[in-house]
Amino acid sequence: MAENGVGRPEKLVVIGGSTGSIDVLLSVLPMVQVPLTGAAIVIVVHRKNTADSALSAVLALRTSLPVHEVDDKDLVQPGHIYLAPADYHLLFEHDGTFSLDDSEKINYSRPSIDVTFESAADVYGPAVVGIILSGANADGTEGFRAIKQAGGILVAQRPDTAQVGYMPNQAILHTPVDHILSIEQIGAFINGGKG
Amino acid sequence: MIAEYEVDLLLADLQELYGYDFTHYSRASLKRRINRLVSLDKFPSFAELRYRVRSDGEYIKRFVQELTVNVTEMFRDPLFYRTLRTSVIPSLLAKPFVRIWHAGCSTGEEVFSMAILLKEANLLHKTLLYATDLNPDVLESARKGIFMMSPMKQYSENYLLSGGTRDFSTYYTAQYGHVKFNEELAERMVFSTHNLVSDRSFNEFDLIMCRNVLIYFDKPLQNRVLNLFDESLGPLSYLALGSKETLKFSNIEPKYKQIGTEKIWRKMG
Ligand SMILES: C[S@@+](CC[C@H](N)C(=O)[O-])C[C@H]1O[C@@H](n2cnc3c(N)ncnc32)[C@H](O)[C@@H]1O
Repeated sequence: MAENGVGRPEKLVVIGGSTGSIDVLLSVLPMVQVPLTGAAIVIVVHRKNTADSALSAVLALRTSLPVHEVDDKDLVQPGHIYLAPADYHLLFEHDGTFSLDDSEKINYSRPSIDVTFESAADVYGPAVVGIILSGANADGTEGFRAIKQAGGILVAQRPDTAQVGYMPNQAILHTPVDHILSIEQIGAFINGGKG
Repeated sequence: MIAEYEVDLLLADLQELYGYDFTHYSRASLKRRINRLVSLDKFPSFAELRYRVRSDGEYIKRFVQELTVNVTEMFRDPLFYRTLRTSVIPSLLAKPFVRIWHAGCSTGEEVFSMAILLKEANLLHKTLLYATDLNPDVLESARKGIFMMSPMKQYSENYLLSGGTRDFSTYYTAQYGHVKFNEELAERMVFSTHNLVSDRSFNEFDLIMCRNVLIYFDKPLQNRVLNLFDESLGPLSYLALGSKETLKFSNIEPKYKQIGTEKIWRKMG
């Protein structure tokens, strides 16, 4: 079993969200057990591209797990929480590092959730858990399909518990998801392994 | 999705037939670019794409252009440009002559931003701006100094945030949805193709800007390119990278001192 901060994560939890998702993260992060053994959490949220690096600081206040805004070629380490930086797409390399890409926006978004989900599916396959939270955009739907095809697990926030239900609804409509969960249940699910 | 070994085949073709070496580019991004091209150009299969790449020398231009990412902006990361104004440019003022290299300049927005900073510091007339890129098409467009009108509002905001105090629109003339930047800004620019993978150092510079290019390279290639920059930098000169790029994995790091929290380093050793 991989120790924290050492080796490759056995499970990669990738969380995507847009409008209304930050509040969900602020509720979920305190529920995540410390240490987070064997898993890495990667967060991709749409935000304004002005240097609001404040977000990683705000998230870090809600957990004692280490929270990083990703720099190019950082290592993906179990036990850590990573945040996609504003204005870059976040991808995974086979050598266990992240890479960043400032190519065209996808679904009017950079970072795009689809891009990170698809890359996670490509590199981590069945070890990926994709979670879609509140949002007013269909970003993430295509990526969900890729995670499913690669044998990963899909979780959508229960649309009636989301500030904007459109994003989880779109995901649910287009791909059979494994779990549709309330905010509390998402916290418990991350702790409970593959559910 | 195209498979890993298919990416390898294409990269080998590009190297063998056209001398372009993309083997040390970040794989994840490269793979996405190839997939994007398959769907944009409606290739029914990987085999058809490969055939086209191998047999159509004209198509290669497009292929290479689309494989690389050319997204750019004026005064991208305004606080970075503010640091250039406050901490880098003043130390260049006393020099009789200043050389700046924009490596991977894309369509030129970064070079024109720099020319505006230099103009405002009364430094432009004694500076040469070398703007290089792998891709001849983006250089052709940079050379013209003509940009789309639509992002000018954003650029003007960026300019003000960077510490600019003039009316940004005095730097260009608007025409038919485009703007043309004033000739005097372009007078000190030299455009040329240069491939960071295979070409060598060609001068000594006071400042090298290479922003959002290294993210497309793997760590060994990043290190090689940083060594190329190191060879091309004189004592007490500066190296500026993109906001998520770093010297920290490279062997040249000990010689450099970072300026505050921006991605600007000064060569000390
Ligand atoms: C994302 S753009 C960055 C533009 C600008 N520096 C900025 O930050 O806004 C990357 C540029 O690097 C160029 N590039 C990619 N590989 C290169 C290489 N091997 N040598 C020189 N330029 C390269 C691409 O053609 C593209 O124009």
